[in-house]
Amino acid sequence: MSTPHLDVIDHLTGIVPGSRLDVVRTARPDARVHAQKSFEALFAPADAVDFSMLDRHALAAFVAGLHQDSTTADFYANRLHSTSGAGEIAEIIAAETKRGLAEGPYGDYAAGPLTAENVAGPHYRVSPANRPHLGEPLSAALEHAHLLVFHPRDSSAAALQSLLDAGLTANAVVTVSQLVAFLAFQIRVVAGLRSFAA
Amino acid sequence: MTEHIISYPDRTPPTRFTQAELGWEPWLEPLAIDALDDRQRAALQNESFRIASPYFRVLARDPAILDARTRTDKDIFYNTNAGLPRPERELAAVAASRLNGCIFCASVHARFATAHSKRSADVQRLLDDGVSADVGEPWNAIVAASVALTTTPVSFGPRHIERLREAGLDDLAIADVIHGAAFFNWANRLMLSLGQPAAPL
Repeated sequence: MSTPHLDVIDHLTGIVPGSRLDVVRTARPDARVHAQKSFEALFAPADAVDFSMLDRHALAAFVAGLHQDSTTADFYANRLHSTSGAGEIAEIIAAETKRGLAEGPYGDYAAGPLTAENVAGPHYRVSPANRPHLGEPLSAALEHAHLLVFHPRDSSAAALQSLLDAGLTANAVVTVSQLVAFLAFQIRVVAGLRSFAA
Repeated sequence: MTEHIISYPDRTPPTRFTQAELGWEPWLEPLAIDALDDRQRAALQNESFRIASPYFRVLARDPAILDARTRTDKDIFYNTNAGLPRPERELAAVAASRLNGCIFCASVHARFATAHSKRSADVQRLLDDGVSADVGEPWNAIVAASVALTTTPVSFGPRHIERLREAGLDDLAIADVIHGAAFFNWANRLMLSLGQPAAPL
């Protein structure tokens, strides 16, 4: 699929040239350019040997869906739909997104005074019925993404080992982590800037 | 062959938010300094402190996204051409890190916030009491906006913009709050998930 030449944050925020928000974004030119280059590094990489394009788009659709912002969620769901070979994966991701909905941040702290701030929440697992259709690498990536989106302070060395056990390389673990964390940023910039226009 | 994480069975993790200098230990093997290629060095901006950092050398495993991320980071926090003053950008980073629970990120940016603002007691109050601490305006408005941007789903809206405006921030300063808090929702997730904070030596 082709990557849009448009600036994704401008597009999702509805920023047009010469508008008030265009002026604001122009004042931080490197942030604007490199937020877009971050998107391109993840979704139009020079090579995707460590984590396939289909898996990247499926993961992005899941993460955007979990944030429940319809404009951004639709954008990434549509990109997954138009990815070659997506087939049933798009429907499965939509179903898994519904199963994964939660409110964050939650999670636990290490034993000590901060445990008074522990907040309980779900620990998502891909449904056993869908797992074989998604494959182990993507299933493990979805579970890790849910952790990072909603309860990142529950992260652990064991959680990273699960990704390696699912067949991801150490390089792919970094790419997956960046993909999820970047979307957490992009979605927030869009939601924030859009609030100006409301 | 399946790769393996690095574990530290004998460590006791920090148990409170602090402005002290903490260590950070990676769960994935950082790239070796003497094996870095030109692309990886460029992604590390050829800066010695990044090359020395295990965190950045883990991220150098995907140099394209590291490079773009770092340039985004620099403009959001260090482009001082108008907009939000430096201490308040750090404040947004601290508030996001405090709510997400990133003790390491909060320690670094609490020190920066204190260094730029000379308001160590207020910064410490935010660390000790959490994001509901009263640190006066405009800080309370900036913390509240950063918190609303850090929840999932995002709960930030026009009322936060209005409150920031009432606290004296202009459009660019408000956009800087948004970018600072949003960026730490990126940074926190990497720091928390790729390694662990270590108590001061």
